[in-house]
Amino acid sequence: MELERRAFLKLAGLGGAVFASGLGFRALAADGKAMPDFYFVQLSDSHWGFKGPAVNPEAENTLKRAVAAVNGLPVQPDFIVFTGDLTHTTDDADERRNRMKQFKDIVAGLKVRDIHFMPGEHDAGLDKGAVYREFFGVTHYTFDHKGIHFIALDNVSDPGAQLGDEQLAWLADDLKKLDKNQPIVVLAHRPLFDLYPDWDWATRDGAKAVDLLMPYTQVTVFYGHIHQENHHMTGHIAHHASKSLIFPLPAPGSQPKRLPIPWDASAPFKGLGFREVEAEGQGKSYEIAEKPVMGA
Amino acid sequence: MRRASVLPTIVLGAAIGSAAGIGAAAIEARAEPERVIEISAMKFDYLAEPIVLKKGQPVVFVLSSLDRAHGFNMPAFKIRADIVPGQQTRVRFVPDRAGTFEFHCDNFCGDGHEDMSETFVVKD
Repeated sequence: MELERRAFLKLAGLGGAVFASGLGFRALAADGKAMPDFYFVQLSDSHWGFKGPAVNPEAENTLKRAVAAVNGLPVQPDFIVFTGDLTHTTDDADERRNRMKQFKDIVAGLKVRDIHFMPGEHDAGLDKGAVYREFFGVTHYTFDHKGIHFIALDNVSDPGAQLGDEQLAWLADDLKKLDKNQPIVVLAHRPLFDLYPDWDWATRDGAKAVDLLMPYTQVTVFYGHIHQENHHMTGHIAHHASKSLIFPLPAPGSQPKRLPIPWDASAPFKGLGFREVEAEGQGKSYEIAEKPVMGA
Repeated sequence: MRRASVLPTIVLGAAIGSAAGIGAAAIEARAEPERVIEISAMKFDYLAEPIVLKKGQPVVFVLSSLDRAHGFNMPAFKIRADIVPGQQTRVRFVPDRAGTFEFHCDNFCGDGHEDMSETFVVKD
């Protein structure tokens, strides 16, 4: 089975960019034993309900194509994480419910049924997550999978992009129970560090969360929000931003305004995609494969 | 569209500013008269006359909201404040360098929030 997975990853690397480095976790359990291989898929920023033909004339089809692409993967992931902005914001609470329902109906087509959702500010920023919770439950939580402790943080339900003291205390309490060598994956919508404050690409109290995580030796963060791949280190903690499923945004500070990159008719869906995250159990066991929306 | 905002005369908000924006230049500039600039925030724009400041001259931005909560974040001077409907927020600072700068909304306010920003100029 392990050989089959490795062969698959090699093939996956031919179809999409593969990022592999020592930035991530070494998938050893706290007791030093190797953990079984697995991979999960990260989807992010589908902004269901968005309308803007200049940046995505296929807005009504992009999420559906992503679902088809994931379903078409030759080996299905153990689970899927969706790091926020499931829907595009609206002032109308009824319309927000409609968009959440439509989003939920579409992702119900995924073969993998173990899906972990997180809100983005477009889902939760205008009502402090009230409608989101009606459809997807709590906005911060933990789960464990094959020796890795996953922590989903909510840095969007406060419109000021703060985790807040209560959630930080909850995080501290959760971390206290863990061995310092426990592999940890943190999931969030916004970056926990100051990626580019001029464009509000930050979490106001994100540094407090990073400080809490710093004593732990194997921590990796996966997030969304910035609609592009990005890799950054805060000390030994790696932060990996995912592409979006609606429109790409420019590189941080690369132009005066944070405007969506226009649709390229010669290369439809360019800059959009999702990623596979492979956790291997043999030491340097971390690979990210970026996948396009069209075709798996 | 830009238009001057009309603000109530009673100031309700507390002054909010970070020490980083009120440094040595503030002391140096005590002789300069303080300028007051009124700025109204609304989805998804700041309404004010074009803002041209003088380096070293103290300025107070008087911020108010015409609809919902917004934010005021000026990363170049490490100053931020909340703009709450029904209140006025006064942000005092002394621009200590010339250039073109920007402030933006950092309290999510809806579709268009990402475009809510304004530039201002500081001249020598």
